Amino acid sequence: MQLAKEVKYLIHKEVLLEWRSKYTINGILLYVVSTIFTCYLSFVSLSDKLAWNALFWIILLFASINGVSKSFLQETKGQQLYNYILASPAAILISKTVYNIVLMLVLTTIALGFYTLVFDTFTPPDLLLYYVAVIMGSISFSTVFTMVSAIASKAGNGGMLMAILSFPIIIPVLILLIKLAKNAVDGLPWENSYDEIGMLLLVNVLTVATSLLLFPYLWRD
Amino acid sequence: MNKIWWKILGSVLVIYTAIAGLLLGVPRLPIINESIRNLYFHVPMWFAMIVLFSISVFYSIKSLSSKSEIDDIKAVESVNAGIVFGLLGLVTGAIWAKYTWGQFWSFDPKQNFAAISVLLYFAYLILRNAIDEEQKRAKISAIYNIFAFPMMVVLLFVLPRLKDSLHPGNGGNPGFNSYDLDSRMRMVFYPACLGWILIGYWFYTIRFRLRSIENVLNNAEAFESKDIQDSFATSKNQSPAGENK
Repeated sequence: MQLAKEVKYLIHKEVLLEWRSKYTINGILLYVVSTIFTCYLSFVSLSDKLAWNALFWIILLFASINGVSKSFLQETKGQQLYNYILASPAAILISKTVYNIVLMLVLTTIALGFYTLVFDTFTPPDLLLYYVAVIMGSISFSTVFTMVSAIASKAGNGGMLMAILSFPIIIPVLILLIKLAKNAVDGLPWENSYDEIGMLLLVNVLTVATSLLLFPYLWRD
Repeated sequence: MNKIWWKILGSVLVIYTAIAGLLLGVPRLPIINESIRNLYFHVPMWFAMIVLFSISVFYSIKSLSSKSEIDDIKAVESVNAGIVFGLLGLVTGAIWAKYTWGQFWSFDPKQNFAAISVLLYFAYLILRNAIDEEQKRAKISAIYNIFAFPMMVVLLFVLPRLKDSLHPGNGGNPGFNSYDLDSRMRMVFYPACLGWILIGYWFYTIRFRLRSIENVLNNAEAFESKDIQDSFATSKNQSPAGENK
C-alpha cells in the first residue's frame, strides 16, 4: 500500500501546485477558446457533420499535446532530483498520468461545451456517445502523451521533439477515436461501437503497462 | 572464409529472382496481369525491414540491461538499414500502384499506415540526434524503440485489416495466399524473400563495422574497453576475404 499512498500524495501535490498558479489550466483553456473562436471567424458555420467532427478532433489533439507536455517539461532539475529521492518511479508515473487524465477530462468537457455552443448549426444526434468518445480520447491522449513527454523531457529542447515523437504513435489511436466519433455523429446505435471502445480501452491498458515497465529506466538519470 | 557463404547466397538469390521474376511465367489475374511480378520485389522489402527492426528492438532491450555501446550501435544501424528497406518498399508499392490503381499515392490505408510506420523510425533517428551524451542517448532511444516496435506491428498488420483497403490481402481482395500463388511464383517468391533478408542483414553488418571503426577512431579511450577491441580484431580478420563482395 506504500505505492497507493505515494500516488495519492503526489496527485495531491500536483493538484495543489496547479491550483496555486493555475498556469496550465488557463493556458490550455485560452488555447482552446481562441482556436475555436478563430475557426468560427473563418468557417462562420459548419453544417457538414464530417467537417464539424474533424475540426473538433484537431483542436482537441493540439490542446492535449500542449497540456500534457507541460507536465514533465516544466519541472526543473532541482525538482526532479527531489522527486527521485522521495518517490518510486511507478508512483510518479501513475500520479502524473492520473492527474493528466483528470486535467484532460475537465478541459475536453469545457471544449466540447464551447464548441457546440459556437458551432450550433450542427449537433451530433447521439451526444452521449460523442461524449463517451471524447472521454476515451482524453484518457488515451493523456496516457500516450505522458510517456512521450517523459522521453522528450530528457532530451534537449523538449517542445518540438514532443510533437515529432508523439504524432506517429498517436495516429492509430486517433483513427480509432475518429471512427467512434463518426459513429456518434451518424447516429448509429451503440452496438456498432463496442468494437472501437474495446480496442481503445485495450490500447490504453497496453500503453500504461509499457510505460510502467519502461519508465524506471528513464527515471534513473 | 566461412563468414561469406551467406553473402554469396544472398547475392545469388537476388540475382536469380530478379532475372527469373521478370522472365518466368505468372498466373493471369484480372487487373493485376503482369504487374503481379512486383510481388518478388515489393514484399521481400517489407520482410527485410521487419527482420531488421526486430534485430533492432532485440538489441535495444539488450542495451538497456547491458549498457554496452556495441548493443546501442547495433540497434541504431539496424534501424538505418531497416528504414532504407521500408522506403524501398514504399517506392516499389507506389510504382505498382501507378499501374494498378492509376496513381502513385492514392491514400490507401495500407499505404498511409506503412508511411507512418517509417515516420515512426525517422522520429527515432531525430530523437537520437537531439541527445548529445552517449549513455543517455542509448538509454532513451532504446526506450523509444521498444515503444515504437509494437506500434509499427499494429500499424502494418492489424489496422489495415480493419479498414477497407484496395491493397491485395486486405479488404476482401485476393491476397497472395495458397489460392492465388501458384508453384511457379512460389519458386521465385520464397528465394526472393530469403535473398533480400540476407542482403539487408549484410548491409546492416557493414554499417555496424563502419560505425564501430568510426567510434574507435573518435574516442581513443573507448579503445581500452575489451569488447570494442574484440570486434575490431574480428573485422580486421574478415576484411581481406569478404571485403570485395
